[in-house]
Amino acid sequence: MIRITCPFCGTRDHSEFSYGGDATVDYPPLDASMDEWNAAIYRRSNPRGPHKEYWHHVNGCRAWLIVERNTLTHEVGAVTFAHPGLRKTVENSA
Amino acid sequence: MSHYSVWSVLREGLRGQTGWDRAWRDPAPKSEYDVVIIGGGGHGLATAYYLAKNHGITNVAVVEKGWLGGGNTGRNTTIVRSNYVQPVSTQFYEHSVKLWENLSHDLNYNVMFSQRGQLGLFHTPAARDAQAKRVNTMLACGIEAELLNREQVMKMVPHLDYSENARFPILGAILQRRAGTARHDAVAWGFARAADKLGVDILQQTEVTGILREGGRAVGVETSRGTIRAKKVGVAVAGSTGHVMAMAGLERLPIESHKLQAFVSEPLKPLLDCVVSYGAPGSHFYISQSDKGGMVFGGDLDFYNSYAQRGNLPIVQDVAECAMAIMPCLGRVKLLRHWAGIMDMSMDGTHIMSKTPVDNLYMNAGWCYGGFKATPASGWHFADLIANDRPDDLTAAFSLDRFERGYTIDEKGMGPTPKLH
Repeated sequence: MIRITCPFCGTRDHSEFSYGGDATVDYPPLDASMDEWNAAIYRRSNPRGPHKEYWHHVNGCRAWLIVERNTLTHEVGAVTFAHPGLRKTVENSA
Repeated sequence: MSHYSVWSVLREGLRGQTGWDRAWRDPAPKSEYDVVIIGGGGHGLATAYYLAKNHGITNVAVVEKGWLGGGNTGRNTTIVRSNYVQPVSTQFYEHSVKLWENLSHDLNYNVMFSQRGQLGLFHTPAARDAQAKRVNTMLACGIEAELLNREQVMKMVPHLDYSENARFPILGAILQRRAGTARHDAVAWGFARAADKLGVDILQQTEVTGILREGGRAVGVETSRGTIRAKKVGVAVAGSTGHVMAMAGLERLPIESHKLQAFVSEPLKPLLDCVVSYGAPGSHFYISQSDKGGMVFGGDLDFYNSYAQRGNLPIVQDVAECAMAIMPCLGRVKLLRHWAGIMDMSMDGTHIMSKTPVDNLYMNAGWCYGGFKATPASGWHFADLIANDRPDDLTAAFSLDRFERGYTIDEKGMGPTPKLH
């Protein structure tokens, strides 16, 4: 069982979370080129090693998180809120 | 190398089994080949075999990091079927089933293909409509398929949960009688032996560490046993596709690697003489009984990117619940083993068999849940692609650039979320 330390709820089993995919993908502006949109929608780096990814704490505080996890060893590193405002608020209050 | 037959079995029985040869050679790598195939699983070995058999290209090496069939070829639930919704997928997998039907004779190796039939259960009127559509697609493609009602399913498999309060009430099933199972290891070994007989070099314990390029063309591979030059390079490495293609500078592909678990129980007396599968929202399950008696079954992915060939416990629980929901008689059966393989989940749920932006480099990937059943057709068409440097009519649909052209083949209509395919 992978355990993820949610910045709000604390350390929980990954079965409380839902996986949301690669967090390094940035959606381009609506008028961006076809190639930029293709890259955002279809192309993934799919690394064997460190991976930045979204997890939704769906059976907890329901926050979207960015989790650094190794796809080969399943070691979990830094966990932060995906929402930049929330991330900032928590950082400031710490 | 001896031909396997009833006579060779009798002869060796009388000679105390002392006369068997190696099934394939263990050659040293040559410095150059016409074609190098990366990946010694079923697909890579089948590709080498059909390159030699269909196209007369015998100066071929299959380069494998570990041992033959040690990846997904040895990690699946051995189901073979061709009941798809998208016509192009249906036709592809039907070609595969046809090759399976004569594979043991063709390879002179018993792959134990058993056409015991596959039942795909449905539990709601909407699911029945979807399966009726699937039957029609198959019939339109010239493949037999039947829609069974509840009574017919009860007659075929009497020990499913047909009770009033069943979690998934069984309304009926789609039946493909020509579907079935095969012996996974035998497929790798059979293709290896037959390819070797035609002159293909099979290089085990040889890890590819780089893909040599000159002027935008692939010209060979760097391996743990030295440099091997090649006129053409084919990649058939399933879950490691991203890792290997990155060696050729192709860093981003429409593929994510996920792990899929499979399970086998302790051996039981004959209990199930066909394949049973179902997928209601929130559940996904398929089961058959091996010739040794073990119940072989599986369910969903572990649902996050992974290259670790080991599964997680929440899915073990999910699959066990799925099993109990449909076959409560399995409740006291002990689990013997469970394991995971790395699926190359593509963005539309369909495989990619294609030329790449690097000349003379070909990729065969994105098989999702469907790799094992595809093995012979995958080899057949990939060999054709490599030999002729152009896709045949069927393979053209599976090109790498279909995503940017807007021609995705989305069997389940899930969109670009690999874990949902």
